[in-house]
Amino acid sequence: MSTKTLYDKLWDSHVVRQEADGTALIYIDRQLVHEVTSPQAFEGLKLAKRKPWRIASMLAVPDHNVPTANRAAGITDPISRLQVETLDANCTEYGITEFKMGDIRQGVVHVMGPEQGATLPGMTVVCGDSHTSTHGAFAALAHGIGTSEVEHVMATQCLVAKKSKSMLVKVDGKLHKGVTAKDIALAVIGKIGTAGGTGYAIEFGGEAIRALSMEGRMTLCNMAIEAGARAGMIAADDVTFTYLKGRPYAPQGAQWDQAVTYWRTLHSDADAKFDATIVLDAAQIKPQVTWGTSPEMVVDIDGYVPDPAKLSDAGKRGDMERALSYMGLQANTAITDIKIDKVFIGSCTNGRIEDMRAAATVAKGKKVAANVMLAMVVPGSGLVKLQAEQEGLDKIFIAAGFEWRDPGCSMCLAMNDDRLSAGERCASTSNRNFEGRQGQGGRTHLVSPEMAAAAAIAGHFIDVSKL
Amino acid sequence: MKKFTLLDGLVAPLDRANVDTDAIIPKQFLKSIKRSGFGPNAFDEWRYLDHGEPGMDNSKRPLNPEFVLNQARYQGAQILLARENFGCGSSREHAPWALEDFGFCVIIAPSYADIFFNNCFKNGVLPIKLDADKVDALFKAVVAAPGYKLQIDLERQRITSPDGTVYAFDVDGHRKHCLLNGLDDIGLTLEHVSDIKSYEAKHLAAQPWL
Repeated sequence: MSTKTLYDKLWDSHVVRQEADGTALIYIDRQLVHEVTSPQAFEGLKLAKRKPWRIASMLAVPDHNVPTANRAAGITDPISRLQVETLDANCTEYGITEFKMGDIRQGVVHVMGPEQGATLPGMTVVCGDSHTSTHGAFAALAHGIGTSEVEHVMATQCLVAKKSKSMLVKVDGKLHKGVTAKDIALAVIGKIGTAGGTGYAIEFGGEAIRALSMEGRMTLCNMAIEAGARAGMIAADDVTFTYLKGRPYAPQGAQWDQAVTYWRTLHSDADAKFDATIVLDAAQIKPQVTWGTSPEMVVDIDGYVPDPAKLSDAGKRGDMERALSYMGLQANTAITDIKIDKVFIGSCTNGRIEDMRAAATVAKGKKVAANVMLAMVVPGSGLVKLQAEQEGLDKIFIAAGFEWRDPGCSMCLAMNDDRLSAGERCASTSNRNFEGRQGQGGRTHLVSPEMAAAAAIAGHFIDVSKL
Repeated sequence: MKKFTLLDGLVAPLDRANVDTDAIIPKQFLKSIKRSGFGPNAFDEWRYLDHGEPGMDNSKRPLNPEFVLNQARYQGAQILLARENFGCGSSREHAPWALEDFGFCVIIAPSYADIFFNNCFKNGVLPIKLDADKVDALFKAVVAAPGYKLQIDLERQRITSPDGTVYAFDVDGHRKHCLLNGLDDIGLTLEHVSDIKSYEAKHLAAQPWL
């Protein structure tokens, strides 16, 4: 019998039909929907007089446009409001379950789905959002799709796809204290580049990955897309099952046992072959900080802003010079000498309860530095917010001078009112440091929640593993 | 989707790597619930000197003279020449919608991000992968000759330059068929309804918790 990777198993079990050239129809078990990438899909469906194929497979939530402060006033921007109202109307029309803005379950779609148990091992999961790779943490095949594909899945429950190549990213050994899943993600991207995973589905494995909590695994798979891979995934194990048991959409009773029996097969076989393998030593990974305008522009916290003069390739030198100019940084500056103006803790990458706890541990009993004009904590969902408040984390943040907000995508992409002004420098737990991502002219440094909290307190980047 | 036919188009060079979809169409324009009208805001932050918001009269905004697509010689360009990892980042289909609405039908680059690449085909935009050295040669040729055009023949999978040089390119057979004929994927998939139904019945019986 041939051996299979986890990706092979997930792919093979969802092929509805396959053409001779490899083009396949893949059955989709779960479609998550948010307000930004769905209106045109619903419109297309209506124009063609079609209906969603399997409404029970869909779960919707507004997240990108929602305000994180003063919710009682509703959404003040009329264009944002119309987009959210359009989602509400479409979900009502078709009977799709939606967690609306006032619902405690509302949150960032990639936090909400797993939290509800709506992402299960062995599933195919899609959403019109590139960070859908997050759900691969549950041994699911999950990836982002465009709006045409959103409509396609609504209409047919299938996706037209060709199989990707497979890559194993193996992280051996143990992480040092203060080093997190976020640092693994950034270290991997620093090593293989933002196009290193293009054309691949990445499986993360090894001792350091097995030791991660589900929250950490989601953080890591979330950023597979930043390495160019549409899908990231991790084998299912007891950590996965413990997380899922008892969640609203998870199976119950005898079906739970039946499911777990199947889920235990969702790992790569011992001698499975990958098209590419990357190995990292967890003990060598330090807290990471990005210095540029691409997630691959990243260094260790004890490193320095790189020097374009040392590059021989004119194209790469130009890219680096351009990034440094945008970021307002001088070559050879110590990362720990970079002062920050704002701090954002949240997003589908780092907006879960464990992230809140980690940041609160660093902030406890301290004060946000005088030069930091805004430090905001945005929980990933209403339930994360509630849990954090039950643990008293909100009080720790507020006492330290952080703002404690309502759940949403917020300043990760700044579609609502939370954004950087031109020239402002932000320590951010989000996933993209592209030009203008957090606001036109804004300067983003990607870090872990611990590192962001530590930077808020110090007013500049500081090695949280040495605190 | 409109059919992709033989194209003889003006080429514009965008000489930077890792152009992300946030750059192609910034997030504030994603609030639209429509599929069209994104062209005037394509590359908004690079193209204009002021900050753009939905609803502005873009014809009255100050253009950035430094941005290549604002140069007179590239007006009316239909082919965008780009560098590696074009379209990385977010899955927003608004990116190909904006490029198409701007007037581009073809992109030529050494590599693309997967989701963007896929989204292009759904909107009648042909993303062509060409080796980096060939793309490099095209950049030099475009910059050297105002009015530089390329002929794109999807049927025969070849690009012909003004000096007669021919570059062959690969394209997935299914996607080529859909582009050439202007076919909607959903319609094609729905020809297999019975396959989907029989798969679904077995799948849900085996995993009743789904």
